Amino acid sequence: MPEIRDRRLLAGREYIGADKIDGPLIFVSKTHPVGYRELIECVDKQGHVRLGIVLESSTSVVVAQVFEGTTGLTLPDTRVRFSGEPPTISVSKEMLGRMFNGLGLPIDGGPPPRGDIDLDVNGMAINPTSRQYPRDFIQTGISVIDGMNTLIRGQKLPIFSGNGLPHNELAAQIARQARIRGTATEFAVVFAAMGVKHDVAQFFIRSFEESGVLENVALFLSLADDPSIERLITPRTALTLAEHLAFNEDMHVLVIMTDMTNYCESLREISTIRGEIPSRKGYPGYLYSDLAELYERSGMIKGHKGSITSLPILTMPNDDISHPIPDLSGYITEGQIVFEREMDGRGIYPPVAGLPSLSRLMKDGIGEGMTREDHPHLASQLFAAYSYVKDVRNLASVIGEEELTPLDHNYLEFGKAFEQKFVSQRKDENRTIEQTLDMGWEVLRSLPVEELHRITEEEIEKYYGA
Amino acid sequence: MNDRIIGRIKRVNGPVIEVMGITDAAMFELVRVGEENLVGELIKLETDSAVVQVYEDTTGIAPYDPVYGAAMQLSVELGPGMIGTIYDGIQRPLEAIRATSDIYIKRGVAVPSLDRSKRWHFVPVVKPQDRLSGGAILGTVQETQRIVHKILVPPGDAGVLESIVPEGDYTVEDPIGALKTDDGQRKELFLMHRWPIRLQRPTRKRLPMDIPLVTGQRVIDALFPVAKGGTVSIPGGFGTGKTMTQQAVAKWCDADLIVYIGCGERGNEITDVLTEFPKLIDPRTGRSLMERTILIANTSNMPVSAREASIYTGITMAEYFRDQGYHVAVMADSTSRWAEALRELSGRMEEMPAEEGFPAYLPTRIAEFYERAGSMETLGGAPGSVTIIGAVSPPGGDFSEPVTQHTKRFIRCFWALDRHLANARHYPAISWLDSYSEYLNDVAPWWEQRAGSEWVADRIEIMDLLQREVRLQQVVKLVGPDALPDTQRFVLEVCTLFKNAFLQQNAYDKIDAFSVVEKQAKMIHIIATYWRRGSEIIKRGATLIELRKVKVYQDIIKMKFSIPNDDLSGLDKIEARLERSMDQLEALHA
Repeated sequence: MPEIRDRRLLAGREYIGADKIDGPLIFVSKTHPVGYRELIECVDKQGHVRLGIVLESSTSVVVAQVFEGTTGLTLPDTRVRFSGEPPTISVSKEMLGRMFNGLGLPIDGGPPPRGDIDLDVNGMAINPTSRQYPRDFIQTGISVIDGMNTLIRGQKLPIFSGNGLPHNELAAQIARQARIRGTATEFAVVFAAMGVKHDVAQFFIRSFEESGVLENVALFLSLADDPSIERLITPRTALTLAEHLAFNEDMHVLVIMTDMTNYCESLREISTIRGEIPSRKGYPGYLYSDLAELYERSGMIKGHKGSITSLPILTMPNDDISHPIPDLSGYITEGQIVFEREMDGRGIYPPVAGLPSLSRLMKDGIGEGMTREDHPHLASQLFAAYSYVKDVRNLASVIGEEELTPLDHNYLEFGKAFEQKFVSQRKDENRTIEQTLDMGWEVLRSLPVEELHRITEEEIEKYYGA
Repeated sequence: MNDRIIGRIKRVNGPVIEVMGITDAAMFELVRVGEENLVGELIKLETDSAVVQVYEDTTGIAPYDPVYGAAMQLSVELGPGMIGTIYDGIQRPLEAIRATSDIYIKRGVAVPSLDRSKRWHFVPVVKPQDRLSGGAILGTVQETQRIVHKILVPPGDAGVLESIVPEGDYTVEDPIGALKTDDGQRKELFLMHRWPIRLQRPTRKRLPMDIPLVTGQRVIDALFPVAKGGTVSIPGGFGTGKTMTQQAVAKWCDADLIVYIGCGERGNEITDVLTEFPKLIDPRTGRSLMERTILIANTSNMPVSAREASIYTGITMAEYFRDQGYHVAVMADSTSRWAEALRELSGRMEEMPAEEGFPAYLPTRIAEFYERAGSMETLGGAPGSVTIIGAVSPPGGDFSEPVTQHTKRFIRCFWALDRHLANARHYPAISWLDSYSEYLNDVAPWWEQRAGSEWVADRIEIMDLLQREVRLQQVVKLVGPDALPDTQRFVLEVCTLFKNAFLQQNAYDKIDAFSVVEKQAKMIHIIATYWRRGSEIIKRGATLIELRKVKVYQDIIKMKFSIPNDDLSGLDKIEARLERSMDQLEALHA
């Protein structure tokens, strides 16, 4: 057993030579006692420093993953320093308007921003008793979201999309248009890109620029050609800044994370290299817990003015919603916006599938005093009617439209109006909640009044008859 | 910390820690790890090494750090002060933690589970020289307006009471008396005692389960009832309403006490319960629902090993109140997250996996858990019960996965949530085709006594119609509804009516959120009557349109919203009007 027990004296000790390098993992033996999840610095022959984190520590060997990849490292010449601390990031409000890599180092050519406070990137679990239940309606200006799957401040609402579908456009549109009604609050956008293409990142930057909000955006980019392992720390770095802005600086923060699928792929990669026992489709058994560590960092806190609303984007592999990534995400997040390729094919933007999409926090954020008193029943009726439309369409594809009853024809008409007028809108169209709800009533008029089971008589008189 | 050092750390891998140089340690012993005193439990023992699972984040823990043994198993404190409290998975009070460590849960916080300073008014019911055995009642504490907390002799202790304090105010640590055990030892008694969470609390015997747990949810009570002391599983993909159903049952069921375990679920759901329950009033007692609720929250981002323990923490508390003669309902949301925690820990210990990476002992653990439910005669002689309602979150909504399948072997009531119903916003989305209840025959006598003898016949009739509807729908899908004769279309019509007017229940409507059994029975009877009379009349040549146009039809659709639970006379009126309209129609087609 080593003589020195004080970690502070041991921290910073440098070891020359690694025992084994496997993918992004580096194995170092005969070290002092190294703490689990300590930050390490790997210095290669050229003196370039790469950061990493300890994944496993034992009396014989320390296993660490190197975020910037292990390309070019050699066993004898690599020097490893253990910091004695978990990875932290120095955060401040000055980081808004800047661009960083996944580790929080500036990549826009500017100097490192002055940090106010050093925070562990892994964060800590929020005490459930400190949380405040979110109920403030965010108007996104997009009917299918505001009307049917309302976004609430402090919610985590992912977009389940597919390759080639306009999820980036929708996320950018939400970031541009999202407002709390009646208040002018300080807001910020934290954008984390994991393994996305350069042009996607450019698209977002341009979109923020055009709407003049770029100085309120902090970007953390770990793009497709960056080491895949860096994607594992990117969202954590970004969320650490978001937490600082929300709970220390009282800002309302919208976090956009894209693409969660790439993040999960990196996690699987590491897990496989470490020889862990896989669960479904080769993903590690702790994928759920790991995703929860990210998603659960959003929310509102009692006694704090700020909030974190998160909008993770994930592309469903092969458009399969039962794939482990969307499936586990759906179990953690508070609803989901699901894209449908068939609607996109018919030119409907945003191609949000009516039935599988859901906002769990909607029930407490809509209605009288928040949106409008008819909103809950109207949304419920639209869901019910649209669900029946799907049945009628299935039936029509078997027996032919001519054989349908007159009522079923009404429903087909409603379905068409719903998709083309209510759901569909321009990429720069910003509808108020009143416009959205009125549009909902307009499309409902394709149906006879007896079919509106979920709406009260007063509402029918006031809105349907108009 | 004056615990002894039992070894030093050899290897750290997330929440699993290998310890070397073990001197004396016991299996499942409670341990503290490192200088920060992180709570852990010893789960594997070899000659000179051991494996410990740590219930807190192990960042910074390094080899050679000391591991301390507490010389007792992971236990919960049982005594006054639990009700209305929110705990984490190892019974640390989260409100008290917030007071010490701000908005986040910091590591190594040591806060006692029960408030040490609060004084409780204790009224003894025993006197010195009484012979007492484990489970006997020493006295009572009025813990909340509705729950009288009975102070018990810890199970396993027995002897002659040496002394007992007079009526007065005591903290949970003040001695309230002493017992002279049969082997001559003196045992002090307190308002609280400890119990290891992995050990089932003893009872005298199991009792038959013939009283339903009335939930106020029509599809459950009328179609798939659960008995007090029964076991239920609610499986469903995400977004099908598992949590909604659990919360509705927790709010309205007629148990004396609810233990709500949020196991690996969302933080905001716990916050929702915390903000909503204190405001809700129990219709039976007029008191706030929080006065009968204990919350255990181990949200998905809290340490995974504590998630594994949370289920046992919850069930042990439930057993403790059962031993006082109460009927307790345990909501476990979700047992899949608990099984996943088992899987994760098993993987980190490099055990050989069985199906989908789950350890081979998964079915044993599930069985052990559900077997702790039951309707019992307690050691004190009173009847008490623990009902377990466990949610299951099958990946991809596929019920063939291991957790759902193994759970099905050990439960007797199955509320299957259906994605299509949820998509159509038909809540509760409990499928009437895939669900079942083995308690139906056990509780039928109770129903007949409470709600009249027609209930069994009405229920069978409606269930039969729902089965017929499925076959008819298959025909409709091929040829359209017009091809069916009116007699068969009437089956579809009645089923649609039953779904809209009875099965769907609005959890946010003041009246509809909960229905008393008498209302449920009358509603079924009205719909069954509409079917019986209507099908006769159709045979005589009436048309479907005529039957749908009877005025009372709209009243039947709205009866769930319009007839309050405390005045059911409106339902009798609807029934009388229905009979009259049917008489008239019959006369037309005589």
